[in-house]
Amino acid sequence: MSDRTLNGRERLTPSQRARRRFMSHRVAMASGAFMVALILLVLAWPIFSQPTFAPHLPQALTWAPDKLNDAQFHPPSAAHWFGTDALGRDQLARVAVGARVSLLVGAVGAGVSLIIGVLWGAISGYVGGRTDSMMMRFVDILYSLPSIIFVIVLITTLEVLVKQWMTKIFVGGAPEAVRLLFLFFGIGAVSWLTMARIVRGEVLSLRTRQFVDASRALGAGHAQLLFRHILPNISGVIIVYLALTVPSVILFESFLSYLGLGIQPPMASWGSLIADGAQQINPIRIYWWLLVFPAGVLTSTLLALSFLGDGLRDALDPRANR
Amino acid sequence: MYFFKRALYLIPLLLVISFLAFVLVRVAPGGPFDKERKPASPEIERNLKAKYHLDEPLWKQYARYLAGLARGDFGPSLKYRNHTVNDILLQGLPVSLSLGFIAFGFAQAIGIPLGFYTAVRRGQWADYGGSFLALLAVCVPGFVVGPLLIMWLAVKFHWFPVGLWETPWHAVLPMVALGLYFGGKIARLMREGMLNTLSAEYITTARAKGLRESVILWKHAFRLAVLPVLSYSGPLLADLLTGSFVVENIFQIPGVGVFLVNSSLNRDYTMVVGLVLLYAALLVVLNLLVDLSYSLLDPRVKHE
Repeated sequence: MSDRTLNGRERLTPSQRARRRFMSHRVAMASGAFMVALILLVLAWPIFSQPTFAPHLPQALTWAPDKLNDAQFHPPSAAHWFGTDALGRDQLARVAVGARVSLLVGAVGAGVSLIIGVLWGAISGYVGGRTDSMMMRFVDILYSLPSIIFVIVLITTLEVLVKQWMTKIFVGGAPEAVRLLFLFFGIGAVSWLTMARIVRGEVLSLRTRQFVDASRALGAGHAQLLFRHILPNISGVIIVYLALTVPSVILFESFLSYLGLGIQPPMASWGSLIADGAQQINPIRIYWWLLVFPAGVLTSTLLALSFLGDGLRDALDPRANR
Repeated sequence: MYFFKRALYLIPLLLVISFLAFVLVRVAPGGPFDKERKPASPEIERNLKAKYHLDEPLWKQYARYLAGLARGDFGPSLKYRNHTVNDILLQGLPVSLSLGFIAFGFAQAIGIPLGFYTAVRRGQWADYGGSFLALLAVCVPGFVVGPLLIMWLAVKFHWFPVGLWETPWHAVLPMVALGLYFGGKIARLMREGMLNTLSAEYITTARAKGLRESVILWKHAFRLAVLPVLSYSGPLLADLLTGSFVVENIFQIPGVGVFLVNSSLNRDYTMVVGLVLLYAALLVVLNLLVDLSYSLLDPRVKHE
């Protein structure tokens, strides 16, 4: 390489260095590969589940519903890798369909919390003064509330109301979409607090820096200063924290679905599948595959996401240089 | 003085919370008497509403509720007739609190040794294995651990009872299900704290003086390394007490948590507001106590 500094090391831009550090983090790379594979599986599932590929559709019942027996429960086999559930549906298909909801809620919920948190924190830190202390006091108050309890009360009470509005506005509108919307925005709306605090702290320290003064002297407006000059400088911190928000949002959704307040049948998410599996616990026959597979996929996803977050932090945190 | 002000500040906060919860459950469609003997005659429903003052305007109901609260009265439950909310909370609260405290002890008991051990064995296989276990614990939520424990240890091997809350034996599985996640969190904190302390200069000094490794670890390093765990313990206790309702649901433990979802779905107005207030009060008071304990433990922290 011709491009070398005095001490013989390659000259790299910060983003190249970050990419290199991330690539050398083997566990994080493996976790990234796992997540990519999972997302590809979810995206490709509509094709895989066509009858030509798989004769065992998730909806297809493999038993006679009029007979009272437990023949519909197939343990894992070559035909049904994850076994079949209480209605004789292929559990692998259910887990794949559940992954769609869980990952979607994770992504959208984290996105909502990202938008609210970054805007709130950036404005609070940038404007400063009395506005700042008011906005942060509000965050403090929300912090001290039991958010899970509030989300539960919110979902159980307001959902019917919103459903009524929706059916009035869109005639014959999709009521099951309401629950999904509630999950997206409800979970996002309670998980933005830490993001706001982090962003505010960073903006507070950046806005007095000289390059900000310089661009202000050159005539940059507030929006340009904030979005062009300050926020790109803290994107690393934001990305790292976003990566940590995704698993907690997924966990929150599966928790609500476990309680029966999340996704409703026939849709599925990992939480509702675990709840279904827990429902089938009985002293006569143990259908372990109903519990172990959704739980295993949920846990591996959470593990992979936190390894990914660790890797990103090591790569993007400038103090991790040593 | 500072804490006195903080404590006074809690009163309007709890008032706002009670108002929000009060309005929220009431604007929701449906009422507490929807599932009464169908078809309920309009007279019965009118009389029921009159009995619980539900026919009054909202502000009057809220004023009545606040007047009751001032006397420490959460009002009658609308679903569990002949029981006041106070009765139900008083019955369930000791169970919920003891479950929370047991799980707290369990989390500390597995978290601190694991974090200490992995930090001492840093970079060795014991560290990788132990740290992975701690991370795994953080990634397995209680509603996964609970059913798995029931399925294997209770149903298959009959080592533990499946549910309920009678003998100490009944408490083992709920304790693990509730505490495991937090144990992992504590282990990670403890490991971090230990590593930070071990790289401090006074530890190098102690080594240079030729002190025995066990003295260095236990007498000098541990005391400082455990501080982050201590400061996490307050929020942790609050999380355990407010988060225990899932575990209570799984193991059918007669705490207060089992009422949360059902009361909210049944539109049992007084129960919902009472529960929300109880949880919020627990959380804010515990947070206040944590802040108080900071200034007692660490003289550098001063509050204006």
